Amino acid sequence: MLEASNLECVRGERRLFAGVSFRLAAGEMLALQGRNGSGKTSLLRMLCGLTPAASGEIRWCGRPIARLGEEFRSALCFLGHQNAIKEELTPLENLLATARLAQEALDEEAALAALELVGLLGREDLACRYLSQGQKRRAALARLVHEKRALWVLDEPYVALDRAAIDLVAGLVGAHLQRGGLAVLTTHQAVAVSAGSVRELTLGDDAASQQRL
Amino acid sequence: MLSLIRAVIGRDLRLAMRRQADIVAATFFFIIVVSLFPLGVGPEPEQLRRMAPGVLWVAALLATMLSLPRLFADDHRDGTLEQLALAPQPLALIVLGKVIAHWLFAGLPLVLLAPVLGIQFDLAEDALAVLTLSLLIGTPALSGIGAIGAALTLGVRGGGVLLSLLVLPLYIPVLIFGAGAVDATVTGLGAQAHLSLLGALALGGVFFAPWPTAAALRVALE
Amino acid sequence: MSNRLINWFRYASPQSFYPLAGRMIPWFWGLAAIFGVAGLGIGFLLAPSDAQQGEGYRIIFLHVPASWMSMFIYLVMAFWAATGLAFNTRLSGMMASALAPTGALFAFLSLWTGALWGKPMWGTWWVWDARLTSELILLFLYIGFIALQAAIDDPRRADRAGAILALVGVVNIPIIYFSVQWWNTLHQGASVSLTKAPSMAAMMLWGMLLCALACWMYSIAVALMRVRVIMLERERHTDWVRALLRGKE
Repeated sequence: MLEASNLECVRGERRLFAGVSFRLAAGEMLALQGRNGSGKTSLLRMLCGLTPAASGEIRWCGRPIARLGEEFRSALCFLGHQNAIKEELTPLENLLATARLAQEALDEEAALAALELVGLLGREDLACRYLSQGQKRRAALARLVHEKRALWVLDEPYVALDRAAIDLVAGLVGAHLQRGGLAVLTTHQAVAVSAGSVRELTLGDDAASQQRL
Repeated sequence: MLSLIRAVIGRDLRLAMRRQADIVAATFFFIIVVSLFPLGVGPEPEQLRRMAPGVLWVAALLATMLSLPRLFADDHRDGTLEQLALAPQPLALIVLGKVIAHWLFAGLPLVLLAPVLGIQFDLAEDALAVLTLSLLIGTPALSGIGAIGAALTLGVRGGGVLLSLLVLPLYIPVLIFGAGAVDATVTGLGAQAHLSLLGALALGGVFFAPWPTAAALRVALE
Repeated sequence: MSNRLINWFRYASPQSFYPLAGRMIPWFWGLAAIFGVAGLGIGFLLAPSDAQQGEGYRIIFLHVPASWMSMFIYLVMAFWAATGLAFNTRLSGMMASALAPTGALFAFLSLWTGALWGKPMWGTWWVWDARLTSELILLFLYIGFIALQAAIDDPRRADRAGAILALVGVVNIPIIYFSVQWWNTLHQGASVSLTKAPSMAAMMLWGMLLCALACWMYSIAVALMRVRVIMLERERHTDWVRALLRGKE
């Protein structure tokens, strides 16, 4: 469903990677690895259509994402390096506002259930600026509990999380793959997901220009 | 579509309410700048009456400039802007919602304060009414045009100063027709023509500006 | 037809445009010099002195072409900007940023010579005349464009942001001009009208047209020189620039 061919990324005067190709079918996950500065985040932003690739093409269901536009974005859930939560709002308000902006129906009950699952129950009425880093990350990840869109693109989802939360996120991703979803995520640590098949892609090797999967 | 715009406005207003200090600061800036002029040029009522429209309008432009840099900067910093850009609706619609919200907490207070400040300048009743009306019609254009500048200078070195350099020249027509409307009332020419042109600018500013703004935001996110 | 199209796009790449521009520059300098000498010669030696304004009017041989060029260059800049956004060509953005300083220079020259002209004619350096005011705002727009591009490090982003600004500016220029005109007629008492065209001897007209052509050729020559420098700077990591620089050493 998601297909990338010969992607090249140029940042400033440096070529971060070239010739990156992969193909991801329903129920599959791509784990991106690589040292800092190897272009993992850039590749994720390309897959979302935020950054244009220097060369190469990304296709969703066989059609280029640049052409698909809104149709592609309605199948995409992106969780970036930043949490995309508002410090002034409470976790509950954040979750509801995010759903409303994405035009998704999410009632308060479901939102509370999601917060309970990520362990923020009891803090749902506290402005996010009073939460710890890990709790903020949990508040951001609460989105994934009810997320039904087909393609998840997650940038370092495990950062700042404790062991229990990591297992929880891995479980969410696993359930998503089992439903026939796709996921692309970057990580520095190997985390097993409960279901679906995992492909790995390492950026920034010496053989970067011949990278293929 | 409307529900999306409403959702954006609701979110931005709620955020603004949690940070009331910003709104209050910009509003007091407006009051202080306007109040400085009589101290600078002397208290002769005749002179103050002639200066009032220009002074109030220029102060309104500057007060709007003050709140513009944060229009997108906060969303950019915490990653929310990426989410908005990846929403399945046109980004321009979301921008339109943000522009309307910006006007509600940055433009509307100026409109409401204008009659009070106009009294300081000894404006007659009809002139006060036209001044308030001209600000009511014109300030949405300031928010709309300003959004383009805010998006272009997003994440740029010295963004705040650069923003005024880009946006203030584009504000000139609004200033001319806004202050001109009050002038025309005072001199007995009638403000109709000025207000109509101001209305056209506001419509243009609010409904066309979101497109270049959305394009500029996508460039900033690359 | 298709052949011509291919040729056109061939020159849209910096690599092939660089030598072409290099070959064209001396020609444009030459033309600028010829037109300039001819125009100024006619303007200062042959054209009769004006009945009302005496010799002081001769500054129009610089003032009027400078005003024309300042407006025209903004349009050309916006054209390149639009092309860059539409077709994503690298050269377009470079051309736009190469033109901006020249346009700003002409806007500044126009204001400066206008002031020099105004002092003997109206006894004051500056009047809030509609044209002078619009020219001043045009200078602000140029400065905004240059400042925005200078503030953004990534050249690609700078090009695209500048392009959006140039397009917004070009849509706004007629609105600004109209509003300033409107404002000016409303405050007529405070200013001197420039709008009545002075009756011009044919010789004066010729001088002015030649000077305008000289300014035009100068703009092209300078913009091409600047675009060559921008190309070298931006593409310094590419093979063709490296080869070029090695060849020169």
